[in-house]
Amino acid sequence: MDRPKVVEYTKPHCVEDYPCGAFKAGHLVQDNAGWRVFRPIINQGKCIGCLRCFLVCPDGAIDKSGESLEIDYGFCKGCGVCAYECKVGAITMVREGDETDAGL
Amino acid sequence: MDEKRATNARELTNTEYLYGHRACAGCGGSLALRLAMKVLGPRTFVAIPANCMSAVSFLYPQISFTTNAMISPFPATGAVLSGIEAGARALGLKDYNVVGFAGDGGTADIGIQALSGAIDRGDRIIYVCYDNEAYMNTGIQKSGLTPFGSRTTTSPAGRNIPGAAGRKKDMLEIVAAHGIEYAATASIGYPEDFLVKIGKAAQCGTTSYIQVLSPCATGWGFPVEQTVRMGKDAVDCGLWILAEYENDEFVLNRKPREFSSVEEYLRKQARFRHLKEKEIDFIVANRDRKWAKILKNWRN
Amino acid sequence: MRPMPGCRIFVSGDEAVAEAVRLARPHVISAYPITPQTVVVEKISEFVEDGSLQAEYLHVESEHSAMSAALGAAAVGARTFTATSSQGLLYMAELLPYVSGARFPVVMMNANRTLATPWALLSDHRDSLSQIDSGWIQVYCEDAQEALDMIIQAYRIAEDPRVMAPIMVNLDGFLLTHTYEMVDLPGQEEVDGFLPPYRTENKMALDDPKTVCYAAMDEYMEFHMKQELDMRKAPAVIAEIDREFGERFGRTYHGMVEQYRCEDADVVLVTLGTVTGTARVVVDDMRKEGHRVGLAKLRFVRPFPRQEMMEIAGRVKAMGVVDKDLSIGYEGIVFTNVNSSVCDLASPPPRINFIGGLGGRNISKQHIRSMFNQLIEMAGGESRDRIQFVNVGCEHNG
Repeated sequence: MDRPKVVEYTKPHCVEDYPCGAFKAGHLVQDNAGWRVFRPIINQGKCIGCLRCFLVCPDGAIDKSGESLEIDYGFCKGCGVCAYECKVGAITMVREGDETDAGL
Repeated sequence: MDEKRATNARELTNTEYLYGHRACAGCGGSLALRLAMKVLGPRTFVAIPANCMSAVSFLYPQISFTTNAMISPFPATGAVLSGIEAGARALGLKDYNVVGFAGDGGTADIGIQALSGAIDRGDRIIYVCYDNEAYMNTGIQKSGLTPFGSRTTTSPAGRNIPGAAGRKKDMLEIVAAHGIEYAATASIGYPEDFLVKIGKAAQCGTTSYIQVLSPCATGWGFPVEQTVRMGKDAVDCGLWILAEYENDEFVLNRKPREFSSVEEYLRKQARFRHLKEKEIDFIVANRDRKWAKILKNWRN
Repeated sequence: MRPMPGCRIFVSGDEAVAEAVRLARPHVISAYPITPQTVVVEKISEFVEDGSLQAEYLHVESEHSAMSAALGAAAVGARTFTATSSQGLLYMAELLPYVSGARFPVVMMNANRTLATPWALLSDHRDSLSQIDSGWIQVYCEDAQEALDMIIQAYRIAEDPRVMAPIMVNLDGFLLTHTYEMVDLPGQEEVDGFLPPYRTENKMALDDPKTVCYAAMDEYMEFHMKQELDMRKAPAVIAEIDREFGERFGRTYHGMVEQYRCEDADVVLVTLGTVTGTARVVVDDMRKEGHRVGLAKLRFVRPFPRQEMMEIAGRVKAMGVVDKDLSIGYEGIVFTNVNSSVCDLASPPPRINFIGGLGGRNISKQHIRSMFNQLIEMAGGESRDRIQFVNVGCEHNG
């Protein structure tokens, strides 16, 4: 999966060590997983690879680089747009912690 | 710079340039920015004024843009973009994009002066207005692009007044009146169309403008998973128009053979649920009047 | 016809600034006209047209956009210049801490002009002094030569990696912007030798993407403190650069406060801007008469030369501060700043705030002489009003 990762952030030891203006681009210190109430589960058997979910995810949490579509659960917020937009019903929203009951 | 730019999901890069932001789950605006960045690529300078997108993407030390990006003062997007482009040009930089992502307030109200100046200067910048039809970042207040009848926190719907009393400023006409080289209206409900338009803006040698309807579940009041669907419904019922302005003429991109129901579109959203029949009729009549003018005058 | 490098030219203060900008080789100029700065941006546009200045010249649609465009250009590492005055300075006010907090070394010329309302075009210091808390370095020029030289020095100071702060170079509107004098015009090569190209890590770059002008909520205090701690290094840099300028160009301005005949002075007057020139003449005249008077020309208001001010105050028997501004409800802003340093002395000298020149009201040699007389009497033990208005056109109870 080719998605940005969370890195360790050490607060500067003293004020003088803070940036003088410019700071790194693309620097993530926290993920968004805790936002979720429901998580999307892709039924790879039903998926036809149309990439609609990849296209419309507001957070870009669906990765198409592998053999099949993969969700980055570190940054998926569980909005459900992917499940709603999937034309073949291959994505189900399951309450966090209940994945084993998804019955897929 | 005539490179082939992505126009669909298959052609789009897998790489994310806006990732890990703190926007609401299902945010239409973040989808618009994400897609635009995938078309524009890593050699892009981004300026975003005060709005939801800047508030959620640049919170030191959590920085969600992997490209060069900055927060611009609220009124100043157009001017900051001009400055970036002038600086890049003077420094002899090559092969880059300069793009701004302003909200509706930051475009049509407080930002209109700088936008007007930018088009006037004709610098090679792309101005994207992601339109969620109110000042969402500050808590859903009415803006110049809030449609008639919207309940907002500064245009409450009550016994005396049915929400916002004004009409949506027609930004496409306003930028066209400046003689802009390329402008377009888009919607996240028609994402491929939006990708094409971003690609065209990137080819434009002077200033370009794209206004992309970006539904906001928090502010409009609809189930979050329907963000993209709302963007489609707005177009299908004729209240939002997919069009372009280029070669000095307006071009209609999509003419529905038959409009879907305006009333259904409105009633799905909490911000319109108070509307009475006569108000909905008024909205439909305005739509019809606008479309009559379009079909008569625009290339379609 | 362009004058030969290293020669003398007869120019106004505004024109001198424009010549200096040309020599400083900014990449981007953002221009919006406002009286009495207009000649600066007009002249610069002529230099761009005739090719003697290679720069991108942006016609912006307001002062707010003038500084916003400068912000954008600085954000990609370009050297920038803009100019304004009065209402225009206040219109761009939100940009001033924006630019300084982002640590961009923008140089701006400000033509000191009073603030509406009432409307008036003439010079006082209300505009720039209302912005001394913005994180910008502020310097005030006495004559056209100093204006020219300070624009060039300003880029060196601002862009110094120890400082990285924007600078406002102030010229009294009309009194300096529109009066003519002979100035030494340095050659381009000379200036290039003194002012190298702008290089910085503090920028967005294609080969090293960065974020600038971001939000910082939890750690705002640390960022703002860092800005202050770095600004405390500026006085040493200012002194260094003034010395180096003196060595290369033969002119020095004696640091953040020029002390004119203060060494053995009984009383001292603190002045800002062109009124200094008038005061010098009075000092010389009164010295001939045997009065031990001195003049402290306050050049930099930010950073404030606290040590120098305490040192001068510690030696004199009375001190006056001329303010061409007034913070309604209190006193002159320069007076407030001077007092805050001086009051920490074991026995601070008595002080008078002379408030005059508002809206361009004249401060003549006679007025200055009368100020010195007040100070001399106070030094002799007489009490005097703490705040005195100078050259008011009618009776008043203030």
